[in-house]
Formats: sequence, C-alpha cells, structure tokens
Amino acid sequence: MEQEKDFVPKILVFSTDKISDPGIDLAGQQHIHYSPSVYFIIVPCSAGVKPRWILRAFNKGFDGVFVAADGTDCPFSADCSEKTGKLVAYSQELMKKEGVNPARLKMAAVCSVCALPFSNHMKNFSKALSGLGNIQSEKYIDPEEKEKQK
Amino acid sequence: MKEKIGVYICHCGGNISDYVDVEKVRDVVEKEEGVVLSKTTMFACADSAQKEIVNDIKENNLDAIVVASCSPKLHLSTFRNVAERAGLNPYNYVQANIREQCSWAHTDKPKEATEKAIRIVRACVGRVRYSEALEPFTIPAANIALIIGAGVAGMRSAISLADMGTHVYLIEKSHFIGGRVAQMGELFSTDEKGEEIISDLYDEIKKRDKIQLFTGAEVVSVSGSVGDYKAQINIRPRYIVPDCDMNKLKEAIAECKTEIPDEFNFGLTQKKVIYKAYENCRPEIPAIEKDRFNPDQKFLEKYKDCIDLEQKTETLNVNTGTVILSTGFDPYEPEDGEYGYKKAENVITLQQLKRLIELSNGKLEYNNREIKNIVYVYCVGSRQKEGENKYCSRYCCTAAIHAALLCRKKFDSVRGFHLYRDIRTYGKHELLFDEVSRQGDIFFRFNEDESPVVETANGKLQVKFRDILTNNEEVAIEPDLVVLVTGMIPRKDSSTVAGILKTPVGSDKFFNEVHPKLRPVETVIDGMYICGTCQGPKNITESITSSLSAAAKSNSLINKGEIELEPTIIRIDPEACEWCDKCAEICPFDSITKTEYSPDGQKGKTIALVNESTCKGCGMCAPVCPTDAIDIIGYTNNEIESMIDGLIKEV
Ligand SMILES: Cc1cc2nc3c(=O)[nH]c(=O)nc-3n(C[C@H](O)[C@H](O)[C@H](O)COP(=O)(O)OP(=O)(O)OC[C@H]3O[C@@H](n4cnc5c(N)ncnc54)[C@H](O)[C@@H]3O)c2cc1C
Ligand code: SF4
Ligand code: SF4
Repeated sequence: MEQEKDFVPKILVFSTDKISDPGIDLAGQQHIHYSPSVYFIIVPCSAGVKPRWILRAFNKGFDGVFVAADGTDCPFSADCSEKTGKLVAYSQELMKKEGVNPARLKMAAVCSVCALPFSNHMKNFSKALSGLGNIQSEKYIDPEEKEKQK
Repeated sequence: MKEKIGVYICHCGGNISDYVDVEKVRDVVEKEEGVVLSKTTMFACADSAQKEIVNDIKENNLDAIVVASCSPKLHLSTFRNVAERAGLNPYNYVQANIREQCSWAHTDKPKEATEKAIRIVRACVGRVRYSEALEPFTIPAANIALIIGAGVAGMRSAISLADMGTHVYLIEKSHFIGGRVAQMGELFSTDEKGEEIISDLYDEIKKRDKIQLFTGAEVVSVSGSVGDYKAQINIRPRYIVPDCDMNKLKEAIAECKTEIPDEFNFGLTQKKVIYKAYENCRPEIPAIEKDRFNPDQKFLEKYKDCIDLEQKTETLNVNTGTVILSTGFDPYEPEDGEYGYKKAENVITLQQLKRLIELSNGKLEYNNREIKNIVYVYCVGSRQKEGENKYCSRYCCTAAIHAALLCRKKFDSVRGFHLYRDIRTYGKHELLFDEVSRQGDIFFRFNEDESPVVETANGKLQVKFRDILTNNEEVAIEPDLVVLVTGMIPRKDSSTVAGILKTPVGSDKFFNEVHPKLRPVETVIDGMYICGTCQGPKNITESITSSLSAAAKSNSLINKGEIELEPTIIRIDPEACEWCDKCAEICPFDSITKTEYSPDGQKGKTIALVNESTCKGCGMCAPVCPTDAIDIIGYTNNEIESMIDGLIKEV
C-alpha cells in the first residue's frame, strides 16, 4: 500500500468518566508523550458507545477509533467487557459494509492508573493505522464480498 | 441550541500556556458559531476569575459556557457552581481538558499541542451548543439506615450514625454479633481481645435508642430506591422462650447430649446443639440448631418454659433511606491436599491456630501432641498465579507473626519457622516482624513456582522446600504443626446478597466501590455503601475507618429529609421505541420496564419506561436499541456528534 510520508493517523478515543479517562489524565500528569493526533470523548461507560458514533468518526475523517474500555473495573456491571466487545464487533460488521477496514477499530481495557499502558496502546495503534494509511484513501473490500464477486 | 456562548481559556500559570498558544486558541475559537465572548485567563479557578465569569454571564446574558483548563475531574463542580451562581443552569457548562490531555501530554510538540487544543475547545463548544438545562430530581428521604452485618464494621457504623441522628436497623445473620473479630483472641496491634472489643461495642449499641439490632436476621428482598428503600427481613427464631429462667436453661443445656462440630472454633471442638457462640457472647441468650436437635417428649415437657421448638420465622418490613453493607469475609479454606491440608497430620489454618491458642492453657497441644516447632506457610489462598485470588490479603503476614509472638509469650519455647514469599507487615506492623526475628524465629523465602511440599513421611510430618535466601538450598523441617497462613475471600453467600441489592462486585468477587481513591465507600447505586472486609481484605483499623466513612456519607445524604439526584440518566423516544425489550434485558439495574403509550388517545403501543430514580445513566442500553430510541442525557447524539465534527475540522 502506498503511504504518505508524514502521515500521522488521527485517532478518536472513547474514554470513560470514572475509569479510563482518569488513567489517560494520569499519562498527562506524568508527562508521558503520545501522538498529539489522539482525541478524546468521555462517555459514562464503554458499553454505552453507540456504533453510529463510531461510524460517524470514520465518515468524518478519523483514521482509527479506540474504545478505552472499563474492563473489570467497571463500576456498573461485571459484564462490561463482554458488552463493550459486542458493540465493537457489531460496529466492525457495519464498517465492513461501508468499506472501512475493521482493524481501524480497537478496544482495550484501560484502568484508572494505566498511564503507561495507555500510551503504549496509542503507539501500537498509530503504527498499525500508519500501515493502513489515510482513511480518505481507504479501499477496503470485505474478503467475503470479494469471494462472492468472484 | 445555545447562541450566546462564553469561552474561557486558562493559562494555568504556565502549565498550559508554556506549551499551548492560548491566544491563538482564543483567536480561532472566537469565530465559532454561537460564541459571543472569549477570553484567556491566568487561573480560571481563582476567586477573581470566577467572579469575572459570573459577571460576564449576567452582563452578556450568556446561555452556555466552556472553560478550557484542567481535567473535569478537578474542577467540573467548581465551574458548574460558578454557572449556578450567575443564574445559568450548571448543565449548560462544559469543561475542555487542555491540560492533562493536551499541554502536559505534548510538552515536546507545542505547535501540535496548540492545534489539538483548538480542536478540543471547538468540540466542547459544539457540545455545549446542544447542552440542555437539567434539573436534579429532588426526592424525599427517610433519615434511616439499614446496616447489613454486625461485625466490627457494621457495629461501629451503627453507633456513629445514631450519634449523628440517623435511625439504624442493624441486622446480623448469626444469632450472635461480632463477626470474625470475636473469634480471633488477642489481636494485633494492641493485644486487646476480640471478645472484649465486641462486648464494648455491644454495650455502646444498647445505650442508643436509635439503634434497633436484630440477630438471626437476613434481608430477603429490597425494592424502591435511594431515600425510600423497602427491605423485607426474615428473623429466624432462637427457639428459646423470651425472658425465661436462665438457670433452668443452663440445666437443659447440661442435660442435652447432642453435639455437633463447633464452627466458631473452626471444627477443633464440638458444641451442644443448644449453644452460645462463646461463653461471653452477645446477646448472651443461647440459640438452638433445630435441624440437628431431636429431643424426646419428656425433655421438651420438662423445659417447656425455656425451649419452644414451635417458634416461627418472623418477617419484618422496614423503610430505609440508605443501606450499608458490612457483611465481612470468609477465611480461605485450603483444598484437600493443598500443602497437606486434611491429608498430612497436624496441618491447620491460621484461624484454627488462633482458636487453638485461645482454647489452650499453659501448653500448646494438638492431636494429643505438645507443639514445640511450628512451620508457617504464607500466602495460602492469596496472590494465586493460577487460582482466582490474585490479590494480597493484607492482614495475614501481620496476623501470622503476631500469632507466632503470642505462642512464644504464652507457651514455653515454641519456635516458629516462617516460609514466606514476601513479608508485608506494612506500617507499624514492621515492629512485630522485628520483634519475632529478635526472639529467634527463622524466616525462609520460597519461590511461588516451587511451593513447599508438606507430607507425612515415615509417620513424621515433614516440610521440604528450596530457600531463596541461601541460594536455593534444599531444606527439610520436621515440625509438630504446620500452620497455613490463609487469606481472606469473599463470603460464600455474598452473591446472594449482591443479587438482592444489585450492588456490583469486582473481578475479585468482593463488593465494588465507585472509585478506589476518590469514592471508596460508595457503590454506583445511590444510597448504598460498602465498608469493612466485604469490600476486600482489611484489618480492624482499616475496616473501622471505612465504616465511619460510610456512616458519614450515609448521614450526609439523608439528614436533610430530601435528596438531589443526578439528572444524567437515559431518555426514551416514545415515537421510535418499538418495545423489543433489548434495553430492559441489558440494564444491570433493572431500571427499564414497559408502559402503554397513546399520545392522542388513539390505540396506543407498548414502549419502554425508565425508572428515573434507579437508572444510573451508564448508557449500556443505548447501543443495543435497534431503533436508536435511547439518548443518554448529557451524551445525546447531537452532543457527541458535534464533538466528533469539532475534533476533526481542519484548523
Ligand atoms: C485469622 C485472622 C486473624 C486476624 N487477626 C487480626 C488482628 O489481630 N488484628 C486486626 O486488626 N485484624 C485481624 N483480622 C482481620 C479482622 O478479622 C477483620 O478486619 C474484621 O473481622 C473485619 O470486620 P467486618 O465487620 O468487616 O467483617 P466480619 O468480621 O466478617 O463481620 C461480618 C458480619 O456480617 C454478618 N453477615 C454476613 N452476611 C450477612 C447477611 N447477609 N446478613 C446479615 N449479616 C451478615 C456476619 O455474620 C458477620 O457477623 C484477622 C483475620 C483473620 C482471618
Ligand atoms: S499479607 Fe502476606 S501472607 Fe497475606 S497474602 Fe499478602 S504477602 Fe501473602
Ligand atoms: S431497545 Fe429501544 S426499541 Fe427496544 S424497548 Fe428499548 S428503547 Fe424500545
């Protein structure tokens, strides 16, 4: 795949008010650097992120979306990871239909003191997204669709 | 839509402005739709700046404000209050985090940080444009607390609440109060006896009219919501006639021959089926284990003034404003064969040793053998690599070392050999570690991958292990007793309680707080608090500290007779909802039911209905709705999508 030289992927992170957002704040407090093209929207719980918001982000030009999940620290429900996982998987189905590579959506648990793990997630995700290139030039075709077309 | 928005961009001394060009941010944001005023400020949270914002709101009739500064965790409520003081609804305020999530995270890239700050502020302007004025719900609240579990935590909480003017129902499952502390004999770090602490607390409870104590009592259902919970409590009978002649009852106990294992002594002894937990237990009235009791008619006739096997379980319905959970822990019971437990002879747990010390007089004996040498194996049931209990139980290093000191003090020449992974006698408890080492106990360190082997070989109890401290030397000891230093685990029945109260449990299965640092005794359910060891391993000091905190939190919520609830819950669009029940199914708080909807008197349809006082606004229901009928208030599609658009727009 052709890559732009100075391409810095734009990432939208959905963080959670009580768990992952404090972890991300902590990264800042410790002056841990990550890409300045990472942006945040706080929600009450990662299992409450609507798939339509995720699709909106891609349609508007974000190269990747990262759900910083509550994981097992979720104060609302012990099944939070499972529920977040389901909405992520469902969103990926929708992305495929719209020709967006599902690898552009990622989820991982980020706890309220996960400063360094968070910055590592951003590093790795940025790298992966650089491989996929700018969303504007996205030419993803669902392998199943490809199979059907043959 | 808000059309008169004020924006403030904070320097935070230099914390922000050293890396973000705040003037440039202001210049760009000023041109955003709806923004009528934008300023930079040295410290937005300073008194003078707050006053300036209040004046600006009033003078310019602002209908929404954004402060771009530090994290909302620090100052969201500060600036909501500023808005309120100026007569603006506090929910028409949005905080833009350009410090923790911008200037501080990108100190290396000021140009990019400035660009990012512009996007963040724009997004927040977009969000505030769609913000709605919200009013907290005000509901009446009864100044009553229900405390579940009368261990040290529950009892201390009850006393504190009563002293602040709250009426307390204190309910204890067992027929006797005190929980585990009553079982532990002399305690670190004061050498007081557990029994004495319990008796003292009981006396204090009895002095207070505001506390109603029920023993043999269990909650079977809880409904309602904060301020007005309704609890149904079942009270099991003791089968003892109230106010009967105690001497006669003593006679009956002496005559009764049926014995069963005494769980208070962890099975080390037998007890009568008509029993007291221990001699000086509270309340002092015995109870009967009816299921195990088959007296003949003659016995029953003789003692009919004291014993009444016809007593029935009573049901009590109470109203309460808050609920405090202080149900405590279970000591870990090793698996059969774990370090020789129940397989090799003379292998017991720390809790059994504590009872054994209490029951012994002058000589420490077990299985008819005098104990001179004890091997302690630490971290049993805690810090498991493979098993479920990943956590450290905190109390056990100190309790084991304290028990070893007690053995030395009370019985002649009892030596301890301690096999540990790490010693965690934190804080002052380190002095006990010092003391026992000075008295001659010996410490060995093992690797968790090479656990000690405890077995009976040639009729002798033997412990073999490799000691890290002496370069992995293989060591074998033949002690008289092996004590497994067992940790704390969640009570076996705590999932039942969690099911009744809907209070979340964490991955370790202990009850979970909202936030371990900032809100350590609150649960996500309004008016429900947790304290003591039902929340995780704690010693007595720590248990009491949290119980006093839960009492203070509980009282401050209900003492005014009414409560304000956060309005950020979910909302259902009745036109879009098709009642598929997916939201009701996923809601962890059972907050969604159904209702009939017929706006124009025509034939209606069934739609979802939110219970506003139990909905927590987690929004888990929102993504599953097939018709997108659910909005999370404060996080509506309009608000979130305008943030997305603001973040991506080119600078
Ligand atoms: C071997 C050992 C030695 C220890 N030594 C020390 C020491 O020396 N110093 C020290 O500071 N700490 C010590 N501890 C720790 C101490 O025991 C705990 O900190 C303390 O017991 C915690 O009190 P609690 O009230 O949280 O729980 P608990 O003592 O467990 O009391 C909980 C109470 O709630 C009741 N309950 C449970 N479920 C229900 C229900 N559904 N309905 C109604 N009632 C219910 C229980 O019956 C019980 O009475 C020791 C612990 C162990 C295991
Ligand atoms: S307190 Fe000590 S014995 Fe208990 S789990 Fe922690 S390290 Fe192990
Ligand atoms: S999921 Fe949506 S459509 Fe289904 S009942 Fe709930 S609000 Fe109505």
